[in-house]
Parts: sequence; structure tokens; C-alpha cells
Amino acid sequence: MSESTGRAGRVRAGFTDLKHIFGGGQSDVRQFGILFSLIAIIALFQWSTNGLTLSSGNLINLVSQYSYILILAIGMVMVIICGHIDLSVGSIAAFVGIVVAISMNSWHFPWPLAILFGVFVGVVIGAWQGFWVAYIGVPAFIVTLAGMLIFRGGNQVIGNANTVPVPPGFTTIGAGYLPEIGPNTGYNNLTLLLGLAIAVTVVLKEWRAIRVQVSMGSAHAPLWVSIVKVVLLDTVVLFATMLFAGGREGTSFPISGIILGVLVLAYSFITRNTIFGRHVYAVGGNRLAAELSGVKSRRVNFMVMLNMSVLSALAGMIFVARSVASGPQDGIGWELDAIAAVFIGGAAVSGGIGTVTGSIIGGLVMAVLNNGLQLEGVGADKVQIIKGMVLLIAVGVDVWNKSQGRPSIIGFLTRNRNAAAPAPAEPTRKVPRNDPPHPSRPLVPAP
Amino acid sequence: MPANHTILEMRSITKEFPGVKALSDVSMAVQAGHIHAICGENGAGKSTLMNVLSGVHPAGSYTGDIIFQGEHVQFKDIGSSEAAGIVIIHQELALIPELSITENIFLGNEPTKHGAIDWVTAKRRALELLARVGLEDNPDTQIKHIGVGKQQLVEIAKALSKSVKLLILDEPTAALNEADSQHLLDLIRGLKGKGISSIMISHKLNEIEQVADSITILRDGRTIETLNVKADGVNEDRIIRGMVGRSLESRFPDRTPHIGEVFFEVRNWNVQHPQAAERMVVKNSTITVRRGEIVGLAGLMGAGRTELAMSVFGRSYGNFISGQIFKDGEEIHLRNVSEAIEHGLAYVSEDRKALGLNLIDDIKRSIVSAKLSKISNGQVVSAPMEYELSEAYRKSLRIKTPSVDYGVRKLSGGNQQKVVLAKWMFSDPDLLILDEPTRGIDVGAKYEIYGIIQALAAQGKGVVMISSELPELLGLTDRIYTIFEGAITDCIPTDQADPEALMKSMTSAKKKVQST
Repeated sequence: MSESTGRAGRVRAGFTDLKHIFGGGQSDVRQFGILFSLIAIIALFQWSTNGLTLSSGNLINLVSQYSYILILAIGMVMVIICGHIDLSVGSIAAFVGIVVAISMNSWHFPWPLAILFGVFVGVVIGAWQGFWVAYIGVPAFIVTLAGMLIFRGGNQVIGNANTVPVPPGFTTIGAGYLPEIGPNTGYNNLTLLLGLAIAVTVVLKEWRAIRVQVSMGSAHAPLWVSIVKVVLLDTVVLFATMLFAGGREGTSFPISGIILGVLVLAYSFITRNTIFGRHVYAVGGNRLAAELSGVKSRRVNFMVMLNMSVLSALAGMIFVARSVASGPQDGIGWELDAIAAVFIGGAAVSGGIGTVTGSIIGGLVMAVLNNGLQLEGVGADKVQIIKGMVLLIAVGVDVWNKSQGRPSIIGFLTRNRNAAAPAPAEPTRKVPRNDPPHPSRPLVPAP
Repeated sequence: MPANHTILEMRSITKEFPGVKALSDVSMAVQAGHIHAICGENGAGKSTLMNVLSGVHPAGSYTGDIIFQGEHVQFKDIGSSEAAGIVIIHQELALIPELSITENIFLGNEPTKHGAIDWVTAKRRALELLARVGLEDNPDTQIKHIGVGKQQLVEIAKALSKSVKLLILDEPTAALNEADSQHLLDLIRGLKGKGISSIMISHKLNEIEQVADSITILRDGRTIETLNVKADGVNEDRIIRGMVGRSLESRFPDRTPHIGEVFFEVRNWNVQHPQAAERMVVKNSTITVRRGEIVGLAGLMGAGRTELAMSVFGRSYGNFISGQIFKDGEEIHLRNVSEAIEHGLAYVSEDRKALGLNLIDDIKRSIVSAKLSKISNGQVVSAPMEYELSEAYRKSLRIKTPSVDYGVRKLSGGNQQKVVLAKWMFSDPDLLILDEPTRGIDVGAKYEIYGIIQALAAQGKGVVMISSELPELLGLTDRIYTIFEGAITDCIPTDQADPEALMKSMTSAKKKVQST
């Protein structure tokens, strides 16, 4: 970038460095903007609820109340990267929930076996839907719309439209907390340990990333960026740790939050660092090019749909555990929350773009918004209107920015400064290119 | 002849696209009641000229005059040229498969009564028009249920419904079989008798010789000559000389070929069109490639070049019927693309943006995408290796970018093509099939890509190069196969090849295949 080294250039470079603090690369610029929106929303509610938002009780409640939506968002982002959509997740969650509840209640399955059984049912349902999408070629919208009806009905047929309770052991995955162990410190010791471990991991990971970058000789941000990043992140982690550990007696960091955390780490790794993850992006970005590069796109589509159903099964079980019973109205509208989280988190409707972390942040935006409005006593009717507007505006700003040739909210912020700079917008454009005016009929320039 | 016999005159038409002068001072005149052919190589400017005439390129975007029926005309879009009586029928038919013949004929031009479509009138007129073009199908038949030949006739019926005076046909017989072609040509001749003039663009010189009254030859965006078929005693050789009469300049890096043994062979290869089972797109074709050899595959558009290449590359096109592939003396079976890559094949598509690259990806991820296993430990991709290896390709191929983290969308055509080449070099192939590797690329980048191709051959890899530009094949290859209507028609060592002979093999089915 041969940007003129004026004030504008420096300002822009400063923003770029700032972006590195949150790992904002090329592909996840929007994540950066949405992260700031999340912080802004938290700050706003913290102020308007007089500190209730960031209280121990509320934070613990927030995690256990929204973990299943965030788990769905993990699977949904992969579906959406592949260029599909899954409308059936809420119904599948409800279906698996009732099957698992009945397996324990009527067939007397021990609860660990029941969980395995629930995952198995998720696999079977996923294979069913994946088969129609990947091998028959029915659009996922249709397949999962059908699934939405089929499994909602299935829930009500199997459960006789009744609520089925689940035994206490099972409820741990939805309503349990990290247990109390060790000396009485006034805090939950395990939560403290967990928080410390995360804080140390953040430092080690950054240290390793710097070493890799230096050894590769690739472009890396200055050292102060890393230090600021680590300090900021660790402050947040430790602050949250104290809040989670210092909750009411008997509560601490929720088990469902642990499950969510493990899944986020696992799926971030899968999407970023594995061959399968690459193939998901490749199929969504350009299926034909992917196939001509040896990617078996049908298998990728099948696996992504299957995975979504397994995660739906998990989310359903966690919800049932949390509410101590499975009912016919479970999971209604979840698909829409999950889809909204993914799009707020930066995914593209056309496929090929999106990240797991982005979707989690998008989901948190929705969760905090929901939670904060509830704390303020805003009715569910108005909450829906506000959530709808947030979704539309978040994606709208992004689309508009892209059409202006600015890829991100940062681009939007630096817009006026750049306009003042005399430097040409894109120097490379000056080189005449012989791109053919009609792709199908290239014109050969006379030698 | 009096001036009123000239129905159309185009004077000094010049049309520029950014960076390219597509037409330069082109003039031509069409006599009323004539069939006027336009000939030229791919990219000579034929289609651009017709797009200027039909208003696809509106008045003001070109310079020069168009005089139609004695009047200066300035068409601002296709609608206005059609209103004047000029109708263009494109190579890719513009019919809607799900609609019926009647609906297609009157699409955008529906007869109405009291504001509603008058289907009775429409169907009656459709029957009349179909009778004029000799089509006996029920006008309620959906377009997708009739063959390409009949679809062409529907296009002409549609043109007739607009009281056409000058019909422009762009490669009308390219997709048709012999019988359908003949019917179509007879029809055009019949229309001429009824006072409808035609302009016909065709690569099939025998057809032009058969039906045209006069021929304008374009080359590199200029009018070379206009021939009167009867008076000038025109034959195919005469037309070809006009089309290719261009000297080769030193546009290619120097190279001393080191050619080894035959290591790759495609034998008696037959492939069916993926939708139309009755059409064979590759017929009994055999090609061999030696180590270190650059083999050209010359054919006109639609001749089956890409179809042959892609069907060999893991059956990625059409329905495989029969044939064998041998590599290093052993028969191999390439049932899908990953098996083809596994066996050391690489295919660089002619359509870089649609089939070659994922445009929303960055450079490093694109380069490693065809063989992730090479930089992976089990299922886990190594980011440092990815960076290191893609960086190495960036340097050796001189991809102009600040970093391999950049998106490929931002690169110029030439640099994108280098990324595609890097992607396939990364897969360590023994045989590279390059389909129009220099399409849409400026001259400087072309030179670099030629250098890369030569370097690949020097490493002992076999290269099959498909190109529409004969000079490119003559300058770069060691041996050239010609393909016509899906069949290999000739195989000539490049040092014995001349453009006219090649063009002849590319435009007629000469059965003399020597697989040296």
C-alpha cells in the first residue's frame, strides 16, 4: 500500500494496528466492528441498569440462558459458509429433547447413556437431512423446512404433547455449576483456577504467535500491540473470573458454559486449521472451482448438515436439562436466533465467508441485548422489534460499506480522513489492463 | 449498382474498451437481399462489430457512422435496433427453457387485447411463423423439450415476428449437427429470396463458401478485405489466408526443448454431452504427450477442446463413454478430480474466475488449495508451511502483491492467472493441461506465463496447451493436435506447421491422424 505518509496514513496505520489487537485479519474485519458494538452495548446496559448487567448473578444467568443458542450458532455458521441454511435446528433440539427425556423416564436409561443416545439420534437425523441436501440435491432451505415440520410434529407425537421431566443427574449439563472444592476462599475455587488458566494461555498463545510470525518473516504488528492486546484480554478474563467465582452460594461458572467453551475452541480449530475446514470455505466460496481442485463437495455438504443436527441435539439436551423437563414448545424460534447471530457475526448470505468466533460475538450481541432489555423491563414484544432492527442495521451497514469499497466499520471511520488525503485511492489501477470486455469473447490485442 | 441496393453501410467504426482497441476504422457494406459473411479468428472483432450494429454497444460508445436503409441511425439499445428491423441471434440462444414456443416468440412483444395477452392471436401467428421456418412442432411445446436445431428455428421465427429486414446470425450452426445445419442454411437462403438480408458470422468456412454472397474479413480489429464470392472465385484457402495473414513476432522466450519418452496417452476417448445424450462432444480421440514436451491442442470454440481436457481430468465434464488413459505405460482410471490430482494431473481452466479460483480467498490459501495434504499433518493444515511455500511461489512466479495474505480478487488478470498456475504447480503434477492460459491477459504477463510454461516443460513435465490463438501455439509448442467437432483431425510437428494448414484441419473433418 503506497499510501502517502501523511497524517491520514498514520491514522490509518494506527487503526490497522489496533485491529491486530483483536486478530482482525482480512477475512474477519467485521468481527472487529461487531466486537466494539458488543462492548458498547454492554457499557450502555451497565449504565442504564445501574450495574446490574455485569453482576455475578446476571452474568451466570446470561451464560446458562444463551449457551444453547450459541452452540447452534457454531453449527449454523458452517452451514451458512457452505451456502446453505438450516431451519430445522429448533425442532431437532425439541425432538431429541423429548426422546432423551422419555429414554430416561420410561426406558430407565442411565443419564450418561441417554446423552449418548441423544447424540446418536442427532447423527441419524443429520444423516437423513444431509442425504437429501448433498446427494439428492434438494436445497437445504426446503429440506430443513420439511425437517422443521417433521421433527416438531415428532416431538409432539412422541411426547403426546405433554411435558416429560428429566432426572436430577441429567440436569447438570444445563443447570449445573463448577463444584466447590478446596479451602473456603469466599470464591468458587475451580472457577478461579479456570480463569487463571485462561489468562495464562492467552499470554502463551500470543507469545507463540509472535515467535511463529518472526520465524516466518511475515508482516506482524509492533510489540506494543501484542502487549496491549494481552493486557486487555487478561483484564477482561480476570474481571469475568471474579464475577463468575463470586456468585451466590452454590452458583459459579455454568457447566453449559464449559461445554460451549470447549465447542468454540474445537470448532474454531476445525474451521481454521483443518483440511475439512478449508473445504467448507472452498465449497461455499466457489463450488465449481473447489470440485476442480479435488474437493468432494457432496461429502462436505453432507458432513456440515450432519454436524448441525448433532449440535442441535446437544443444544436440545442442555435446554431440557436446564428447564428440568422436555416440552412441546421447546426450541421454537431458535433457528432464527442462531441465523441472526451468524449474520451479525459477519457471515455472507452467498456463502464462503464467516467465522465461529464472529458468530459467537454476534450471538452475544443478541444475548446481551435480550438480557439487558429484560432487566430494564422492556416487554418481549418490543424486544423482538429491537432485535429485528439490530440485525437489519448490522448487516445493512456492512453491505453499504462494501458497496462503498470500504470493507469494514473501520473503513467507515477512516472514510473522511482518507478523502482529505491527496493520495490516489488505488495507484495500481493506473496500469492499463487488457481485461476483456466480454468474458466469453476475449479480444486479443494486436501485438 | 445504385446506392439504394445497399441496405447497410458501416463506416469507419472504431470501438475501444479500456486498454484495448477492439475495432479500428472498420467499414463494411451489405447489399439488399444478400447473405454477407464475416470471417476472422477468435478475437478479431466480429462480435464487437455486431454488438455495435445491434445497439448492445450504444451510439456514443463508438465512433463512426451506421447507415441503414439510406438513413443515419444511432441505436441506443437492442430495442431500437430491433424497431428498425435489425435482429441479432446470438450464439448462446436467448430462449427461456421453461416457456413454450409461442411464449418465447412473443416474449417482450406480446399481442394484447384490452390490456391482457391475446393468446389466440399469439398462437395463430406463431403457427404462421413456424410454418415459414419449417418447424412442425406444437407451439405449446416447452423450449427445453426441443433440440438445439429447432431452438435456432424458433429464434428465427421470433426475429420474423418483429418484421426483420436484416438478420444477424452469430455462429448459427456451431451447436448443430449436419442435417440441422443444412436445414438452417437452406432457410437463410430462402429468407434471402423473400428480401431479408443476413449477416452471418461463422467459423465453418465450407458453409460460408456455400451460402454467402460476399465476405468481409476482419483481423485484429481491422477490415482486411471484402470479397465477392462469385466474382472473386473465393474458396476456403483464400478466406484462411485473409484470416491468419499475420506475421509472428518474437513474443516468446527462447527455449531448447528436451523431449523424452511418451509417458501419457489418452486413447480412443469418447464423451457424451452432459444434458443431450445424443450429442457426442468428444469422438474417438487419441493424444499422446512426451516428457518435457509442450503439446498444442488447436480448435475453434465449441470444437471440444475443453470438453476433452475436462473429461480426462477426473471426468469433470460430460458423461464418460469409453476410452483409456495410460501413464508411464500403465492404464490408470481417473474417476474423479482427486484421483486425477493423485495421479499427477493438473487442469488450469479457461474460466479463471468461475472455475479456477475462489475469489473471496487470499493468495496463500488459493495456492495450496489443490493439495492441502502436502502441508498437513493428518487433518491439520500447517500455517507456517502454507505461508512459506506460497511465499516461495509468489517470488518465483513474480506475483505482484504486497503479501500472500491479500485477496485474489484484488489482483490483475495476469497475476490471478499466476496464482492459478502456482496452485497447480504446488500439486506437483506430471502433466499440466492449460486451457487458454493467456486469455484476457496483457502482453507483458503473457510473456511471463510463456516462460513459466517453458520452465515446467524443462523440468520434464508434459504440458498440453489449449489455445484459440494460433500464433501462440506456433510459437510455444512442439507438436499440435487439431480438433474439429470433437474429433482429432490432425497432428503436426510445430516446425512443419503453418497457420493455413492448421486452420484447414480446424475447420474440416480430415481423417488423417498420425500419432507420431
